[in-house]
Amino acid sequence: MNAELAIILIACLTAVACAIPGVFLVLRKMALISDAISHSILPGIVIGFFITEDLASPWLILLAAFSGIITVVLVEAIQKTGLVKEDTAIGLVFPALFSIGVLLIAIYANDIHLDTDAVLVGRLEYAAFDKLMIDHVSYGPKSMWTISITLVITLALLFAFYKELKLSTFDIGLSSALGFSPVVLHYGLMSVASVTTVVSFDAVGAILVVALMIAPAAAAYLLTTDLKKMIVLSILFGIMSAIGGYYFAVWLDASISGSITTVLGLIFLLVYLFAPTKGLIAVLFRQKRQRTEVSLLTFLLHLNNHDSIEERRVAHLHEHINWGKVRAKTVLELAQKNNMITMQDEVVSLTNKGLKFTEKALDYIITNKDEQIEDMKDDFFLFRG
Amino acid sequence: MEQKIAVAVDDLTVAYNYKPVLWDIDLSIPEGVLMAIVGPNGAGKSTLIKSILGIIDPIAGSVAVYGKPYKKQRDKVAYVPQKGSVDWDFPTTALDVVMMGTYGALGWIKRPGAKQKKQALEALEKVGMLAFKGRQISQLSGGQQQRIFLARALVQNAAIYFMDEPFQGVDATTEIAIINILKELRKAGKTVIVVHHDLQTVPEYFDWVTFLNVKHIATGPVKDIFNDDNLTKTYGINYKVAVQK
Repeated sequence: MNAELAIILIACLTAVACAIPGVFLVLRKMALISDAISHSILPGIVIGFFITEDLASPWLILLAAFSGIITVVLVEAIQKTGLVKEDTAIGLVFPALFSIGVLLIAIYANDIHLDTDAVLVGRLEYAAFDKLMIDHVSYGPKSMWTISITLVITLALLFAFYKELKLSTFDIGLSSALGFSPVVLHYGLMSVASVTTVVSFDAVGAILVVALMIAPAAAAYLLTTDLKKMIVLSILFGIMSAIGGYYFAVWLDASISGSITTVLGLIFLLVYLFAPTKGLIAVLFRQKRQRTEVSLLTFLLHLNNHDSIEERRVAHLHEHINWGKVRAKTVLELAQKNNMITMQDEVVSLTNKGLKFTEKALDYIITNKDEQIEDMKDDFFLFRG
Repeated sequence: MEQKIAVAVDDLTVAYNYKPVLWDIDLSIPEGVLMAIVGPNGAGKSTLIKSILGIIDPIAGSVAVYGKPYKKQRDKVAYVPQKGSVDWDFPTTALDVVMMGTYGALGWIKRPGAKQKKQALEALEKVGMLAFKGRQISQLSGGQQQRIFLARALVQNAAIYFMDEPFQGVDATTEIAIINILKELRKAGKTVIVVHHDLQTVPEYFDWVTFLNVKHIATGPVKDIFNDDNLTKTYGINYKVAVQK
């Protein structure tokens, strides 16, 4: 396997392994916890490295993941005192643990390849060359093995406990009442997130691993209303950013992990702007339409309430509803286009269709019945075109 | 008539940060009643339900469901949490939420299949929400969301139903629809226990009532104990203000 392919594969596997727990972290509003875990596994990695002298050793991975779990426990313990809120607790715990790791590296590990730069942004460029050697036979890059094994375990757990994870994420009370212990599921998820962070750490570093967990899930959340699709989309975004990021880095001759994160940021930005229903543009468009609809309704109600010709003169309308000329003109045109009014000698009259619509809208506003929302939605779509 | 005790609470005390929320509660709920739990805000009504269901650990006391600890009787109990306790923006559909009611019977790892889907669809029909089965839950009105929660409890096909403020934030039509379903459950011999806020509707909706304000004040048939004396004990001197709210 050549180095280029190996790097891309490691990047893709890492992205997928991060995206899966990331979906649940985002849905549980725990994005910050992944940040905390990614930093506070550092002392675990350093101590593990002293003992095993091998960054890919399973013992090091477990030890480091354990310090991730300790973070979660500490954050919850501080939070439980009721003296500070969760974000403050997170902000207290992870810098403390991270700085212990930094000091340990500085004091004891000056001559090993665990430097602070690599810790922060990883060294994907080198990961491909650190091969697993058994009896002088090479079995490919070590990171590929660790990340693959982690991914297989993550997928197996996801398939086995999908239902339980979904329930405890959505409704912690029912989950507990039905006997699916939210505590067990919470720490299960935290363990997976910790192990994934540790094995990804080597490739992408403490800061970027957070992006790989959170950004794909955040983008997918804006695009779908189905949890399964959200997981699949997150995985796809992760893979897209891994491959796109690699070539972006080659083109720029810059850090691969930095490029991957940049591509992830761009993907999120595009989704944030253009997502069909939750995207910024869609939301602005909808708000504008709603404003027009409300104006139209106000106008129709006015016509419905006043029979006298005086009240229905176009010139008079400006004064009465207190609208500017432009707005009044837009609304008049819209009403005409939908055959809701007729105009004769500058006097406006409701048509049958306009009358029916007004009555229905009025009825809905007064009774506010659920059932009628459905019909109204169809009617309001009239004004889309 | 009231032969069996569905739920028995003994000397239950619950505290948050050493502050008692429920204080030495003794309570017996007979089988087959439709009971309201009433009391002012902070009286511990939701906490009582949550500790019966093992969601909150008490610092003292015990709970028995048909004579055994709740953990052995999970399949006999359905629970409707407060609507506000979940995130309605969660990416899921009405049908999927109702299916969650089948998870308890399935147990760990096993997945819902065609049978569970059929049960969920039947429950959706019963609450008049079949047409909305594919709708994302944030696109439902408050009343519709509450119906979905009720359908999810119906799917559990339990003997005892606990509901935490099922009438909160629902329109009049939904309120009537929900109370009719609760009355049907009682007719079928189920026990229904509801945390309730609107004192005025207690005599109309329920046949039993529990007054609670950190301490247990009274439990019994509405016609016998829903009176000024108990209301005053529960709500303090200004209970009439509470009634007129």
